[in-house]
Amino acid sequence: MADTGELKQLPLKSLHEAAGAKFGGFAGWSMPLTYPAGVMKEHLHCRDAAGLFDISHMKLFAVSGPGAAAALARACPIDPRALPIGQAKYTFFLDENGGILDDLIVTRTGEERFIVVANAGNADADEAQLRAVASAFDCTVEPLDRVFLALQGPAAAQVAADAGIDGADLVFMQGKETDDGWFISRSGYTGEDGFEIALPAGVARAVAERLIGDERVEWVGLAARDSLRLEAGLCLHGQDITSETNPVDAGLLWAIPKGLRSGGDFIGASALEKAISDGPARKRVGLKPEGRQPVRAGAALVDGDGNAVGMVTSGGFGPSFGSPVAMGYVSVEAKEKPILAEVRGNRLPLQIHPLPFQPHRQRKG
Amino acid sequence: MAQTYFTSDHEWIRVEGDVATVGITNYAQEQLGDLVFVELPETGRAIAKGDTVVVVESVKAASDVYAPIAGEITEVNDTLSSDPALVNSAAESGGWLWKMKLTDAADLDGLMDRAAYDATTA
Repeated sequence: MADTGELKQLPLKSLHEAAGAKFGGFAGWSMPLTYPAGVMKEHLHCRDAAGLFDISHMKLFAVSGPGAAAALARACPIDPRALPIGQAKYTFFLDENGGILDDLIVTRTGEERFIVVANAGNADADEAQLRAVASAFDCTVEPLDRVFLALQGPAAAQVAADAGIDGADLVFMQGKETDDGWFISRSGYTGEDGFEIALPAGVARAVAERLIGDERVEWVGLAARDSLRLEAGLCLHGQDITSETNPVDAGLLWAIPKGLRSGGDFIGASALEKAISDGPARKRVGLKPEGRQPVRAGAALVDGDGNAVGMVTSGGFGPSFGSPVAMGYVSVEAKEKPILAEVRGNRLPLQIHPLPFQPHRQRKG
Repeated sequence: MAQTYFTSDHEWIRVEGDVATVGITNYAQEQLGDLVFVELPETGRAIAKGDTVVVVESVKAASDVYAPIAGEITEVNDTLSSDPALVNSAAESGGWLWKMKLTDAADLDGLMDRAAYDATTA
């Protein structure tokens, strides 16, 4: 296990220790990787009932003021003015080449207020980016110091209601702030229904204890968070999307409003417009190994003649899917040919498989 | 009479005559978590101490299992092809990985007994 000496510690660390968590380093944080049930049972329990995740490593920012919408229109390929209050939107920070610096969720929580949720590994760079952009507009950027929990699974809505958490009025990709410092959205990283709940540290322990005290709920660690999101076909920034990939390659153009695809005020607009008109040279695809052996991130993909055609960016085992699952990039002209992954000197055949591997079951409006 | 040895790489070696059965310890399987695939070697392969013989794959990662001693592989646990989780449920019995003929019994010198191994994981 990595030395956790210099890692940031979760505010609810002692709760995870009491639950028997095994910790490991991730994005500068000491995080629960698994609990005694183990990754397989944690994963399946989340799909069967409800899983509770401590995602306090993720970073929340409030962007507020008369210029908040204009600042976010510059920072991200979205039209914040068109977002109804309460609407959340999956989006990105792009660089001038159209590369993906991070993927984010932006939620409009007021006429002049937005909450931005960013990945832990990019939190510092994102804050610098957001502040740099915002400095040209009449708005403020405020990092929010919160405990952040995700409650995911088919029982999540009932569990939340029984715990007195006020989210029943939300549908998928809606969120709201309350006066006492809570931010709750109906969203997640599993493909299931559920909520992401940011709340002040002072009340977080009692809320987490109440949720985990519900017999339908089990803690889920980062290991199962990864297998759940991979089955759901969701990208992990740093692996499946990076500054070397753009939304066209990544198949994420759906996240960019049509009116912004041919130009806009956002950083990376002209590069994105060009990437769209050129068309992708490679595409992100789901990959299903034909055998039982998992194919991991970093494995090279070749065609039947051994020519390089791409790379696996995420791979492992899908407990609900019942077989190995992977994602990666494949050159467009190779998509119809046999694809093999190079693993320890062997070539393992793979099939391109539609994403997600596991059907999404979010509560749509 | 069989005697069991342990390595600092968390393997166990049960020796009967000149045949050794090799597996990973219960502590090791706990650290790895749920196994979903075990890549087994060919029988008849000659292995040197330190060679990668088996790869065990959990949901999250692949880990090498090294030859703790030199010899020739005589048998592999084929049950693991269809039931890799047997290594989790019975790491030190039914979840054995391979059997081998020892080249040199002196390779066993310096390996730990159960009490010494347990002290390293306590």
